[in-house]
Amino acid sequence: MATQSLTEERNSASKGPEIVEKPRTNDWTNPQAMAIPKEGYFKVEPGRYGPVFPQTPANYGFSVVAKVKPGREKAIRDYGKNIEEAVKAAPSVLAPLKLHYLRWVLFDVGSGLHFMYQGIFDTDFDKYLEDAVALFNKSGITTVFVNLEGWPEDWKTNVPAVIKFFRDHQCPSFLEYGEYPFVSADEVKKALTLKTAFSNMLDQMQ
Amino acid sequence: MLELEDIQHFLISRPPALTARYEFLTFRQHTGGQAWLTGILEKVGIASRVGSGELDSRWLTVAFTWRGLQALGLNEKCLATFPEEFRQGMAARAKILGTTGANHPNHWVGHLSNPELHAIVVLFARNVEERERCKIEHEQYLSGCPGVEVLSSLDLEAIPPFNYAHEHFGYRDRLSQPAIEGTGDQPTPGSGPPVKPGEFFLGYPDDSGSQPILPQPEVLARNGSYLAYLRLEEHVGAFRDFLRQHGKTSEERELIAAKLMGRWRSGAPLALTPQKDDPALGADMQRTNNFDYGKMDPHGYGCPLGAHIRRMNPRDTASNMQQHRMIRRGGTYGPPLPDDAPEDGVERGIAAFVGCASLVRQFEFAMNVWTNDPNFHQLGNDRDPFLGTQDGTFDMTIPKRPIRKKIKGLPAFTTVRGGAYFFLPGIKALRYLATLSSGS
Repeated sequence: MATQSLTEERNSASKGPEIVEKPRTNDWTNPQAMAIPKEGYFKVEPGRYGPVFPQTPANYGFSVVAKVKPGREKAIRDYGKNIEEAVKAAPSVLAPLKLHYLRWVLFDVGSGLHFMYQGIFDTDFDKYLEDAVALFNKSGITTVFVNLEGWPEDWKTNVPAVIKFFRDHQCPSFLEYGEYPFVSADEVKKALTLKTAFSNMLDQMQ
Repeated sequence: MLELEDIQHFLISRPPALTARYEFLTFRQHTGGQAWLTGILEKVGIASRVGSGELDSRWLTVAFTWRGLQALGLNEKCLATFPEEFRQGMAARAKILGTTGANHPNHWVGHLSNPELHAIVVLFARNVEERERCKIEHEQYLSGCPGVEVLSSLDLEAIPPFNYAHEHFGYRDRLSQPAIEGTGDQPTPGSGPPVKPGEFFLGYPDDSGSQPILPQPEVLARNGSYLAYLRLEEHVGAFRDFLRQHGKTSEERELIAAKLMGRWRSGAPLALTPQKDDPALGADMQRTNNFDYGKMDPHGYGCPLGAHIRRMNPRDTASNMQQHRMIRRGGTYGPPLPDDAPEDGVERGIAAFVGCASLVRQFEFAMNVWTNDPNFHQLGNDRDPFLGTQDGTFDMTIPKRPIRKKIKGLPAFTTVRGGAYFFLPGIKALRYLATLSSGS
C-alpha cells in the first residue's frame, strides 16, 4: 500500500541516475521539462493518503491505468456520451476539480483491454481526493470505474477503498513538459477574458 | 433518529460549565483500566439527559486513544479495523497536519505524544470549587485502581467577563456550530442545512447518503465519534504588539484584528459589516451567521480570503461543505492577561476538541488544506493567521481597492503545545470495554 512509504525511507532514487528537484521558476515564457523519479516524487512528503505527487511544469495530474473487466468495452465507450451530456447540461459540474484536460483512453497492446484516465489540473490531487470522489459519484463518472478490475465492490460506502484504488493504479510520469509552465486554468481563462475584452474594445473603436 | 440514550453528551450539547479539568491517563494493566472505567460509568454524561437537570452539577466525558483500546484488551483483529490515521495517532501525522517547527510533537507537553497516553477524562464543573472537589474525588478513586496513572492534566476556566464566550485574544467564540439533523436543533440563519448525523456519529448515513463501514465490533463503534484534541497556546503579548505595530489608532488596530479573524472581536462578521464594528450584530445569533462569500464578498474586500473564519468554514465557496463540517468543543486555560499588562510568559490558550466521524476527511483536511496550505484560494504564501504554523516566513493578504495590502512575515500568535486523537465511545460501547476479557 502506498502509505507504507510514509514510514520508510525510499532509497531507490539514489540508485539510478540522480534526479534532483530543481528550484521552480514560474516564468511562463520559458518552456520547462522535469524528469521525475520512479516513485513519482522527489522526496517523501506525507499526504493524508500517502506520499504527495509534486507539481510539475505540466501542473498536477494523474494517469490511472487499469484492466477492463471482460465484455465491458461497450459499456465504457457508451458512457463517453453520458459524460458529454452531463457536462453539456451543467458546464460547471467538474469546475471544483480545477481541471485543464481529461483524457479517457481504451487500449489493448496484447495483454487485454486497458483503460487509462489521465487528468491535468491545478489542485494537489491528495488535498481534494474526497471532493473528487464525491464529484465522481455525483456526476456519474464513477459508473465507468465499476467496469474495471480491482474496483472496490463497496465503493459507495468505502471512500478510503476508492482512494486506494486511484493511488494503486496511478502511474507517475517520468517526464513532464510545459510549453507555458505552471500556468493555472484560471490564469488562462483570465488572460483570454482580457483578450476578448480588448478585442471587443478595439472593434468598437474602428 | 439518533440514539441519544447511547451517545455521550459531549458533542450533542455544551454543558452549562464554566470550568473543566482534563486528565490524561495511562493504563499499566488492562484490569486496572477496566476497573477504573466500570467505576465511573454512572457519571458519564448521556446525550438524552441534556436539559433534564440531571447533568447540572457535575458529569464527565471519557475517550480513548487507539493504544488505549488496546490496553483495555481489544483484540488485534478489531484494532486493525480502525482507520489508519486513528491507529497512527496525531503525533505521527504531524507532517500531514503541518504541525512542524515550534508546533512539532517533539516540543509537546503533558506526554501527549507518548504512546502510553491511553485515555482522557474530562471533568466538568459549574465553578472552580466544584472542580477542585471533583479533582480530589477522582484522585482518591484512582488510588484504588491499580496501574491507572495520570500522565498530565489541564485545568480550564472561562475568562471574564463571563456573559459571553471568548478567548484570550478577545474574540467572541462559539458563533458557528453545525446543527445535527435529528436533534431538533435548527441551524441559525445562513449556517446551511442541518448536517447528517453520520458526519459526527458512527453508524448513521453521512452526507453521501450511505453509511460508512464501521470499525469492529459494531457494539464498540456505534454511536461513537472521533475527537482531535489540540492544546493551542495563545501569545497574547505578541498579538497585541502586532496590532500596535500595524495600527496607529484603536480603530485601525481593531480593523487589523478583524481582518485576521474575519470577524470583529465582538463577533460581527466582516462580510456583513466591513467598515465598522457592530457589537449588537455580533451577539445576535439570528444575524451573525447570515452571510455567504461567493455572492456577498467574492474577492475578500470585506473578509480576506485567508482570514481564520473564511478558512475554517468557506461556506458556499468550498465543494461538499457539509462533508467538512466539524463540532468544536473545549475552552480556555491559563489566566487572562490584563489589557495594559506586558507579556508575562505564563502559558494561556485554548484546549479544544474537534468532533467528527472521519479524522482524515474532516479534521486532517481542515489542517492540511484550509489551515496550512500556503496556496489555499491561490493565495500563494499565506497560512491561517491563528491556527496555521507560522514562523515569520508567511504573509497575510488583505484584498483592498485599488491595491491589496500584504503583511509580510506574520509572527506566530499561537503554538501547538500538544494534541491527540481519541475515540469517544457510545454508552453501550463503554460497558463493552469495561467488561472485555483480554484479547477478545
